[in-house]
Amino acid sequence: MAEKFIKTVLDNGLKVMLKEIHSAPIITHWIWYRVGSRNEVPGLTGISHWVEHMQFKGTSKYPAGVLDKEISRDGGYWNAFTFFDWTAFFSTMPADKIWLPIDLEADRMQNSLYLKEEVDSERTVIISEREGSENEPMFRLEEKLAKAAFTSHPYGVEVIGEKADLLRISQDDLYRHYRSYYAPNNAVLAMAGDFDAEQMLDHLNKVYQNIPAREIPDRLIEPEGLIQEEKSVEISGPGDVTYLNIVWRAPQGSNKDFFSLIILDSILTGPHSLNMFGGGSIPNKTSRLYRSLVESQIAVAFSGDYIASIDPFLFTISVIMNPDHAIEEALGVIDSEIQRIKDGDIQESELQRAAKQARALFAYGCDNITNQGYWLGYSEMFDSYEWFENFIPSLEKVSKEDVIRFANQYLGKNRRVIGVYKPSSPETSKSAGGLTYEPA
Amino acid sequence: MNQHNSLPGPDDILREELSNGIVVLARANFSSPSVAISGYLPCGSILDPVEKSGLCGFLSACLMRGTSGHDFYQIYDQIESSGASLNFNASTHSVLFSGRSLSEDLAMILDLTAEVLKTPTFPEAHIEQIRSQILTSLSIRDQNTQDMAEVVFDRELFGTHPYGRDDAGSPESIRSITRDDMLRFHRDYFGPKGMVLCIVGGIEPTEAVQLVRNTFASWTKETVQLPSFQNLASVQNPNKMKKVHLEISEKNQLDLIIGCIGPERNSPFYQAARVGNCILGQFGMMGRIGKIVRDDHGLAYYAGSNLNSSMLSGSWEVSAGVNPKNRKKASDLIISELKRFVDSPVSLDELEDVKSYYIGKLPLDLENNAGVVYHLLNLERYGLGLNYYREHETLIRSVTVEDVLSAARNYIDPERLLIVTSGTKNG
Repeated sequence: MAEKFIKTVLDNGLKVMLKEIHSAPIITHWIWYRVGSRNEVPGLTGISHWVEHMQFKGTSKYPAGVLDKEISRDGGYWNAFTFFDWTAFFSTMPADKIWLPIDLEADRMQNSLYLKEEVDSERTVIISEREGSENEPMFRLEEKLAKAAFTSHPYGVEVIGEKADLLRISQDDLYRHYRSYYAPNNAVLAMAGDFDAEQMLDHLNKVYQNIPAREIPDRLIEPEGLIQEEKSVEISGPGDVTYLNIVWRAPQGSNKDFFSLIILDSILTGPHSLNMFGGGSIPNKTSRLYRSLVESQIAVAFSGDYIASIDPFLFTISVIMNPDHAIEEALGVIDSEIQRIKDGDIQESELQRAAKQARALFAYGCDNITNQGYWLGYSEMFDSYEWFENFIPSLEKVSKEDVIRFANQYLGKNRRVIGVYKPSSPETSKSAGGLTYEPA
Repeated sequence: MNQHNSLPGPDDILREELSNGIVVLARANFSSPSVAISGYLPCGSILDPVEKSGLCGFLSACLMRGTSGHDFYQIYDQIESSGASLNFNASTHSVLFSGRSLSEDLAMILDLTAEVLKTPTFPEAHIEQIRSQILTSLSIRDQNTQDMAEVVFDRELFGTHPYGRDDAGSPESIRSITRDDMLRFHRDYFGPKGMVLCIVGGIEPTEAVQLVRNTFASWTKETVQLPSFQNLASVQNPNKMKKVHLEISEKNQLDLIIGCIGPERNSPFYQAARVGNCILGQFGMMGRIGKIVRDDHGLAYYAGSNLNSSMLSGSWEVSAGVNPKNRKKASDLIISELKRFVDSPVSLDELEDVKSYYIGKLPLDLENNAGVVYHLLNLERYGLGLNYYREHETLIRSVTVEDVLSAARNYIDPERLLIVTSGTKNG
């Protein structure tokens, strides 16, 4: 059976992407709203994520506690994510059960209740989510680094928001945010799986025809360019492991330089999967930093990280230090490996290898229908689906000169923030292990 | 697309036992040009000498550091150049391996797998490198309230039974492990007998099995000592409610586990317990536990239950991450839900919801190669038979309200629970 693909915009502005895949009797349904922490202002940080939680608290048609049971009863799974640039809700269902998520997503696009008691109860749930993250040294370090890496852009604040704001945000704030951004003309509906695309489009037209477009707030968000000077941040806490993170500004996903970053990162830290579901990973044992950081035993582990975002975000190298070595040693190794690239020490075979690795990761992600639905919408959030379709050719076009130019332009020593998490004291490093048996 | 046809069964799984005892299962999926492999040898950390706990995990991490034919760099160069992956690790009962590659590179991955299993050299320099990585990972884990709650829970629940042992080892045991220990473990327990290998993806099953035969058929080794699990310590719940706290300083959230012994995978109670557990702490937004702890009282971001059923025994655990000041309130709510669970039968609506969930969910779990490989491996591990997934619906539909209550009462005694917390008590 030929697998059709439809990309269209309904009269109310809802962009619809439908991709037939008939390999399994499954359909994934995604709805993406162009709102995330990027659209937040100081005092209301975390509100997009909280709104995402509130979207599970019911409408008159599907009251709280009914929605999740309805989906689960049919064997499906669903979840939602809030990111800097977007909020996405997905359900993956047996193919003959897809009508329910279609109906409830349309319903909660405009009819969610935002009851006072639900707002109050969810406030403590979200604070608990934040407290769980605060238990992790890396969360604390990344939060501090992002603040230092941006002067005013909202990317400088974690998506979950500041605790003070989570204590302050009101029912009215949440409802206002919801009504401002949850509209068909601010959304992309993406489906992939075992359906007939023409028939599905007819159905979606009927379901969404009575939901009107709305005016969406148009706040100017100024992207930030390269970090202007070298900065460093240091925090301390319990444990006896030292972490080092270095961040530079990275190009936005739609920038041609983003593909140079993918190749550079692959050579330096190993291949990196952008898939959200399935796909697995490829080891990084032959990457340059593995050989110089781990084989030398300066570090026990490291990774490179970047994301495809609307505005320039960050390229991060994270290192878990070997306790017998100093931060300066790792920094020296990383500097010298970056300098090698700046000086043009790259083989054509390394480029070809990075492209093959990307092709393999791409193929692994394609056997997962949920992941295919994810890419339909995600690529539209920062560019367009053509970005995804042209992903491999775009990588294959990256030349040695592109990578060298990228390193020289973006990865300057004076263009970065260095973050260190250090164990606070020998006493706290022994803190784990105090076991007590308590009276029942 | 017909749902039944999407489930693996005897007509599309090729199962073959090689003359040396290796069992191969293969199934085709041509929706992407890649393959997933997975398998195990029936020797895991349960065989670690007590003073050398962590040996099997340590050894597994060293397997790919060199073989009689290739050194570390050559091994990883082959894998990474082709965008493939291959990993070895240990669990309680097995040395596990899994990998992925483009279909065209399957032969290379199988060759490497065979070489790594048959002739690892355990180079000293790499042992030291990995020792330091394991010691650091233990230090990181010491600060993870959720992981440490699990370690303490298993230790307190299973006591001297091997399931009470920390498979990762301790800093002391990891420091004491030598290359000779690894060579001895490899000599005693690695061999073809009992090994299982599954391949799923863009290759005809007959071709996949032939590739395995080409690579593994020559592996013969008669001296392998397959483990025996006779005379192990018996497991039972505490005599009365038992509370244990592990203090980890400067943490904002406390992790809480409340639970007891659960059924082993092949127990006659297993299916009913699985269905009951879903009602208790998984269905929808984490079942009854999620509703009471998260939705009604806003005490936790995560709160649900898990049934961990292994070969010899299992555990039934309710867990939640809570603010330290809510520790008692959350515990009381969970215990009251457990009491309700054993006092009165679940409703017919709840039961039907969960049956429908499990039946609908199976094709989703099997949508990609890695999912199918995982499920094929379980067929072999627990002797479920090639028709198991086709019969799954009948099996689930036969579970009654009485079965669920009986399974719950057989394992959960609200007066004899183990309660473990980990974090900063007065945080």
